[in-house]
Amino acid sequence: MSNLFDLLVAGLATGAIYAVVAVGFTLLWQTSQTINFAQGEFVMLPAFLMLAAMQAGAPFWLAIVIGILLSLLLLGLGFKLLLVDPMLRHGVLPLAIATMALAIDIKEAVKQFFSAEASPFPSVVPAGDISLLGHTVSLQSIGVLVLAIVAVVGLTLFLNHTSIGHQMQATAQNPTVARIIGVPVERMILLTFLINALLVALASLLITPIYLAKFSSGEVLGQAAFIAAIVGGFNQVRGAIAGGLLIGVVDNLAAAYVSTQYRAAVPLILLIAVILFRPQGLLGRPEERTV
Amino acid sequence: MTGTMRYLQIALGVVVIAGLVLVPMNFNRYGLFILSQWAVMTIAAMGLNLTLGYAGQVSLAQGAFVGIGAYAAAIMTTQGAPLIAALVVAIILCFAVGWLLGYPALRVQHHYLAFVTLAFSTLAFLVFRNEEWLTKGIYGISNIPRPHVFGFATNRPLPFYYLCLGSLGLVSLAMWWLIRSPWGRAFLALRENPIRALSLGIDTRRYTLMAFAIGSALGGVAGTLYAPLTQYIDPVPFNLSLSLDLLMMVIVGGAGFFFGPFLGAMIAVLLPEWLRFTQGYYLMLYAIAVILLLIYSPTGILGILDRYLSERRTKTASALRAVAPSRLETAP
Repeated sequence: MSNLFDLLVAGLATGAIYAVVAVGFTLLWQTSQTINFAQGEFVMLPAFLMLAAMQAGAPFWLAIVIGILLSLLLLGLGFKLLLVDPMLRHGVLPLAIATMALAIDIKEAVKQFFSAEASPFPSVVPAGDISLLGHTVSLQSIGVLVLAIVAVVGLTLFLNHTSIGHQMQATAQNPTVARIIGVPVERMILLTFLINALLVALASLLITPIYLAKFSSGEVLGQAAFIAAIVGGFNQVRGAIAGGLLIGVVDNLAAAYVSTQYRAAVPLILLIAVILFRPQGLLGRPEERTV
Repeated sequence: MTGTMRYLQIALGVVVIAGLVLVPMNFNRYGLFILSQWAVMTIAAMGLNLTLGYAGQVSLAQGAFVGIGAYAAAIMTTQGAPLIAALVVAIILCFAVGWLLGYPALRVQHHYLAFVTLAFSTLAFLVFRNEEWLTKGIYGISNIPRPHVFGFATNRPLPFYYLCLGSLGLVSLAMWWLIRSPWGRAFLALRENPIRALSLGIDTRRYTLMAFAIGSALGGVAGTLYAPLTQYIDPVPFNLSLSLDLLMMVIVGGAGFFFGPFLGAMIAVLLPEWLRFTQGYYLMLYAIAVILLLIYSPTGILGILDRYLSERRTKTASALRAVAPSRLETAP
């Protein structure tokens, strides 16, 4: 029983990180039809930016700030201006393929300019165990869970209760009408890219201490985030949160109770089942399909 | 004028084929390996081009079918079965699995379909890695023999290259025939406007499944050549990145163009070799080149050519139109 409890907590912690990544993923899709196949690499990169800053002599907190600023610049602004803007008019598929090429680029660049080996990464949450409901739980799991939830709840509040948040939602739902009623659509789209950059930097900060910083770690993460986004609902922020938590828990339980060899298969089968029987996702709205 | 164009095309075709047969004769082992690899990847990319370029269904699973074909060939030929038997098994297996994979395509489109096929691709990789009784898992299968074709041994690199090239030729002819048959037109109709195709009486269900099944079967054909080419297989080459690579080949060459996969595979297989002097940077440069190409022309390299040709045709036509009234005036 205590084993199950530990698995649930660990699952929720990684799931919360998946949720953070998946939310960014759905935001990009909603506002600019970008399926970002490089999302996993986007999570991998900020950790290396922070490591590079630390190697240059910056203390940990400063490295975090530098990492976040650089990822806003590169993965937010740069990604939008240099790749998405020129590709967007060509349609969804060429853009998706361009992001696959970008994923290769980021991976190779890290491998070439930094290291092909896995590097340890300091944790923002102090190590140690605490007692919770009579169970011993690692402080790191709890800290990650809390930070991720704070980020996602903060984002939801921002989207639902501020004027800019409303304008972003309007942009996502109907850019033409949004433009007519005076929403600065372009600026809102840019803002979603910046928010995505912020979310991936946060996810990077939370997950890298657990899984080490490695150039190839984005593949697994990206896939988990895709699956979370689709299982939860591609067009809903809360869907992505639910999907992320669900995938995290399912993944951890599958490793313990199904088989370690096929643990990766369980979320995939869940994905296929959801796509076949409820393509809008568990919490999503059916998407109006244009023929 | 179209007559001379036709002759030019035929002459170009003859020159290219003669070049592919004659030039590699004094290539070394490695050069022949790369060229054989190009032929094999072209076959796989042609299958994907049928699914994606002609029938308009996104698939991220082609690499898995290459894997299924390769394992079928490796397992059967190391047990003493001839390669042709493995080929038949691989085609039937990939056709059937591809047909099943087509069912989601009847329900969902575009990115959803991309993710279903992506999931399948990862599942196939897990099976290759974990079912050790069948695939020997991460240790892989070694000493895969090369076949005898009509009594000729293909152990040496040059005869095996000719086997790959010959297979590519046969597959190309079959494909050429297929896309000019009523089936090929039905695939195009499916891509351009599925609802209109349905209203014209085309059984879109069957053709969608067919596009997946035939495309996947060609992946299997490529796989059965891949196994004796490398003579050793393990799960790693058939992971998701092979599917992504094949998709990039099709898009870079030009999806929906007959010669797109040839060009795309050439770039994907040969460019890294040419960029080898840049050492570790070659994949980066390749990826950047792909991005720049897609920004310039999302329909790939043949898309650029196509655009140029159609512009020239429009110019000629409008020049003719501009001359036409003056002729009318002087005529009476």
